[in-house]
Amino acid sequence: MIEKILNPLEYLPRLPLGEGIEVAIEWLRVHLSPVTRALSEVMQSLIVRMTDGLIWLPPLVLIILFSLIAWRLSNRSVAAFSFAGLILIYNFGLWPAAMQTLSLVVLSAVVSICIGIPMGIAGARSETFHRIVWPVLDLMQTLPAFVYLIPVVFFFRMGEVPAVMATVVFAMPPVIRLTGLGIRQVPKELVEACGAFGTTEWQKLVKVQLPLAMPTIMAGVNQCIMLSLSMVVIAAMIGAPGLGTKVWGAIQRLNIGGGFESGLAVVVLAIILDRITQNLQNKKIQG
Amino acid sequence: MSKIIIDGLTKVFGNNPAKALQMLEQGFSKDEILQKTGQAVGLNNVSFTIEAGETFVVMGLSGSGKSTLIRCINRLIEPTRGKVFVDGAEVTAMNEQELREFRRHKQAMVFQQFALFPHRTVLENAAFGLEIQDVGRPERFERAREALALVGLTGWEDSYPHQLSGGMQQRVGLARALAVSPDILLMDEAFSALDPLIRREMQDELLELQEKMNKTIFFITHDLDEALKIGDRVALMKDGAVVQIGTPEEILTHPADEYVARFVEDVDLSKVLTAEGVMKDPEVLAFPKDGPRVAMRKMKDKGISSIFVVDRNRRLLGYVLMEEAAKAADRGDPDLTKIMRTDCIKVPPESTLNELFEKSATSVVPLVVVNEAGRILGIIIRGVLLAGLVKENYAND
Repeated sequence: MIEKILNPLEYLPRLPLGEGIEVAIEWLRVHLSPVTRALSEVMQSLIVRMTDGLIWLPPLVLIILFSLIAWRLSNRSVAAFSFAGLILIYNFGLWPAAMQTLSLVVLSAVVSICIGIPMGIAGARSETFHRIVWPVLDLMQTLPAFVYLIPVVFFFRMGEVPAVMATVVFAMPPVIRLTGLGIRQVPKELVEACGAFGTTEWQKLVKVQLPLAMPTIMAGVNQCIMLSLSMVVIAAMIGAPGLGTKVWGAIQRLNIGGGFESGLAVVVLAIILDRITQNLQNKKIQG
Repeated sequence: MSKIIIDGLTKVFGNNPAKALQMLEQGFSKDEILQKTGQAVGLNNVSFTIEAGETFVVMGLSGSGKSTLIRCINRLIEPTRGKVFVDGAEVTAMNEQELREFRRHKQAMVFQQFALFPHRTVLENAAFGLEIQDVGRPERFERAREALALVGLTGWEDSYPHQLSGGMQQRVGLARALAVSPDILLMDEAFSALDPLIRREMQDELLELQEKMNKTIFFITHDLDEALKIGDRVALMKDGAVVQIGTPEEILTHPADEYVARFVEDVDLSKVLTAEGVMKDPEVLAFPKDGPRVAMRKMKDKGISSIFVVDRNRRLLGYVLMEEAAKAADRGDPDLTKIMRTDCIKVPPESTLNELFEKSATSVVPLVVVNEAGRILGIIIRGVLLAGLVKENYAND
């Protein structure tokens, strides 16, 4: 009794937020199921086809192909690292897992970019949109991933699709933010010059704003890919196949060596993807 | 019809312009309105007209509203009240589509900080306006090349703006504007960011170009010397209002108020005033048919020691000195042309006082101002040159 008097906050009834969310999610699950099921099927088949394709190709061909891409987009040392690193992954017997992870990362990143760039553009153009979306982005980035890993399973069941969904939530914010930032950073007088020459809004965006924002947007894309990779590994918990599953399995069996090998494979993939996309953004700056 | 008509243009920055407009009408000053309503008056009832082919310069210090004014002409800034007409069409009444067409074809703008696109080559920058008009690639690059040649940038087409000096960058800016062949050039402090030497060079080139192109140029500057040099007419602005409009000479010699007078007091008149401005009417001229006696009488009447001889079209032939006319009259020689000298110094009407001083020093007789056809417009005697440097006192007007 005394405690309650000393702490009147105790009299406040508990806010049933958690229950509310559960009800809302249940309602959405029931009513959105045709949509989520269709979406799920499309994505599932995309992922499977991409993974199958990557695994079907002879590993050496793929390794050389990746190294050439790295050479073309970046430089010789990145190419050499890619070549050695990928051979190492194959050597550990992690090649199929790595390809599964890669296709999840690519798909998640593509979805994030396709949604994120238009949203970033909208955020740069409309102050209202900016004010609504930016706090949501804060939420998406800071909410512990596990909190939405579980509900995603309600909508899309276990497997690749919920993993991609959760990854998109986690990896899209930097694309939106940096696209918006890049466009807002285009010098005012250049935007004015566009107007003075009678550009349409579309011409202004395509001919001046986007090219000038490109280095910043590419920084967002780079971030997005790195975050995708880290999330795809965590998403092993909800049944996403790939390197994450290997790490997860090794931890559960206290297989320290195996866990380390799988972890190293993730790092190799991360470094290759990072260096390639980073150089993409530096190249744009020089032009 | 005038090329550009600006009628009662007013701009209030802020969320409640109606209140500020009302206070403007009641005669409150810009500062008072800002204090009471928080609304900033950018332009206050500006009206004037610009003729085709004219170089019209608006001169004012920062905050005088000149940048707002130039942007109201193509509506980069929407005026709060007032009208802008170009070639009789009301720009301020245009819808989005019409305004875009107007901006694409009628006018082009040159900016203080150049505003070149860093991701485009010089050629692509110059072709920008045409690209926006959807002109095909070969044609727009050809026209851009021509514009670049006009400003002396041939050979730099494939460079990027950051590889160019400031002066060259602004040439690109000028070429970008000229490439769309606009009737009107809007130049917003176009040369203010350049070094003094380069600035002068660009001013000269603009004058030269203008001679060939005959565009209507609306030029904004905070530099009075620049305004006086390139403007056919100059408008002085203060606190969003036009204080005086006139030719450079009118502004120098008859400043409308103390503000203008303080402005112009440091101007080096010898660089600005022209022969045309200080010359005086020759009052009396001799003709070849006049004998020495007639010429002598004409000189005596006016108390001068030499007289210029012209033909029937007032074309200058030479001059006759008093003493030689007297000798010829004594000899009874009736032909004036025998004693006529032809070594007088002719100057064009636009030469500056600076140039005249030197010539005047070496000449016994006054300098003669003649037009291109050789017709005498006026004469300049040494005393007038000096008097030209002493400004009339506006207060005693």
